[in-house]
Amino acid sequence: MLILVSYDVSTLEAAGRKRLRRVAKVCQNYGQRVQKSVFECKVDAMTLEILQDALLKEISLTEDNLRIYRLTEPLTKNVKEFGKFRAMDFDAPLIL
Amino acid sequence: MKQLLNTLYVSTDGAYLRLEGETLVLSVDKVKKHQVPLHHLGAIVCLGRVAISPALMARSMEDGRSIVWLSEHGRFQARVEGPVNGNILLRQAQFRAADRVETALEISKAFIAGKLRNSRNVLLRSARDSKDEAAKTQLVRAAKSLAINLRNLAHAESAASVLGLEGDAARVYFEQFNTMIKPQMREEFEYKGRSRRPPKDTVNALISFLYALLLNDCRSALETVGLDPQLGFFHVVRPGRPALALDLLEEFRAVLGDRLALTLINRGQLRQKDFDLRPGGAVMLNDSGRKTVIMAYQERKKETLQHPVLESQVEIGLLPLLQARMLARYLRGDVEAYIPFFNK
Repeated sequence: MLILVSYDVSTLEAAGRKRLRRVAKVCQNYGQRVQKSVFECKVDAMTLEILQDALLKEISLTEDNLRIYRLTEPLTKNVKEFGKFRAMDFDAPLIL
Repeated sequence: MKQLLNTLYVSTDGAYLRLEGETLVLSVDKVKKHQVPLHHLGAIVCLGRVAISPALMARSMEDGRSIVWLSEHGRFQARVEGPVNGNILLRQAQFRAADRVETALEISKAFIAGKLRNSRNVLLRSARDSKDEAAKTQLVRAAKSLAINLRNLAHAESAASVLGLEGDAARVYFEQFNTMIKPQMREEFEYKGRSRRPPKDTVNALISFLYALLLNDCRSALETVGLDPQLGFFHVVRPGRPALALDLLEEFRAVLGDRLALTLINRGQLRQKDFDLRPGGAVMLNDSGRKTVIMAYQERKKETLQHPVLESQVEIGLLPLLQARMLARYLRGDVEAYIPFFNK
């Protein structure tokens, strides 16, 4: 399944900025950054649990906000992208 | 059911792959170019000059992700594999089966039956697609001849006669390869008989490259199941030769190799410019050609079809693994016979 992870992490204090970096790092491990605080991840049910668990360990529930959306596939039909960045499809043939 | 994980093909010359968190990072000259989360990858295939960091290698071994290096033309160079998996009892059963002449013969016959039947289907499919009556008749005649070989195979009583029938069928089949290429493409893709090491024409270069990709997948499938890819039943054992992987490959050559090659040629997806002529008359796929072929191969593996024995929809890319599992079940004595994969 394809999910969208977006977050707001309070960066007023140094601890918040640290959380922000760590949250981004966790997301990076499971998907790709499509905007500054938005990641698209292709995961199965188990990976989603692991991802969610890892994220919850990083964020502060009192100061930050985390949203995970489930996207409808196929991606090409349901997601439109404009502008300079083009997301990679990790399920398509990967030839680098 | 095992998920069909993606295979990462790296053909960027001088690329360096390293581990970063849970991702693979590809960089060239220390500049980060791509980042791929590891959970998408079942295997990494490097074509040509590609380096991998020890950390990424260690992590891949831990996860059971194989790493293979092929030359830029698809020739096997090296493979890194984690600890031997599967169980010793299965391998013992495999070795005993190979030593029992009747069992080895029976399994060889199954592999070759798969090959003959699938090759025959490729011929018949081309006959249906062809608009030329003469070509149609010729292809149907060749298909009939394979059917006769298939019937004789059932009564073959020695390894030599299986080899004979297989060789005869291969000759009949490859004689028709030009006929299966569309007339307007024949000038560009002239098949002059099977040649290997090196391939001497574009068609041979293409099918050899596809067979190399496929052989890798067969080998990985056997290793995943815990069978020894080097101990074959039909192919003779030789040091370093993946005889069992070659055996398994026989069922799939026509389905995943030849049929795909013909599609690429007949649809004009590959042209003369995708090949380079080498000194000594060798013909090789070049960079752009290789990309087209890998792309098509990976796409083909994602298509699904009805498996005749399992009676369910399966991804083509999982077929080698499913057949390897069925072979393991047979060797362990769980099922009466090994049934090769038949394409409808």
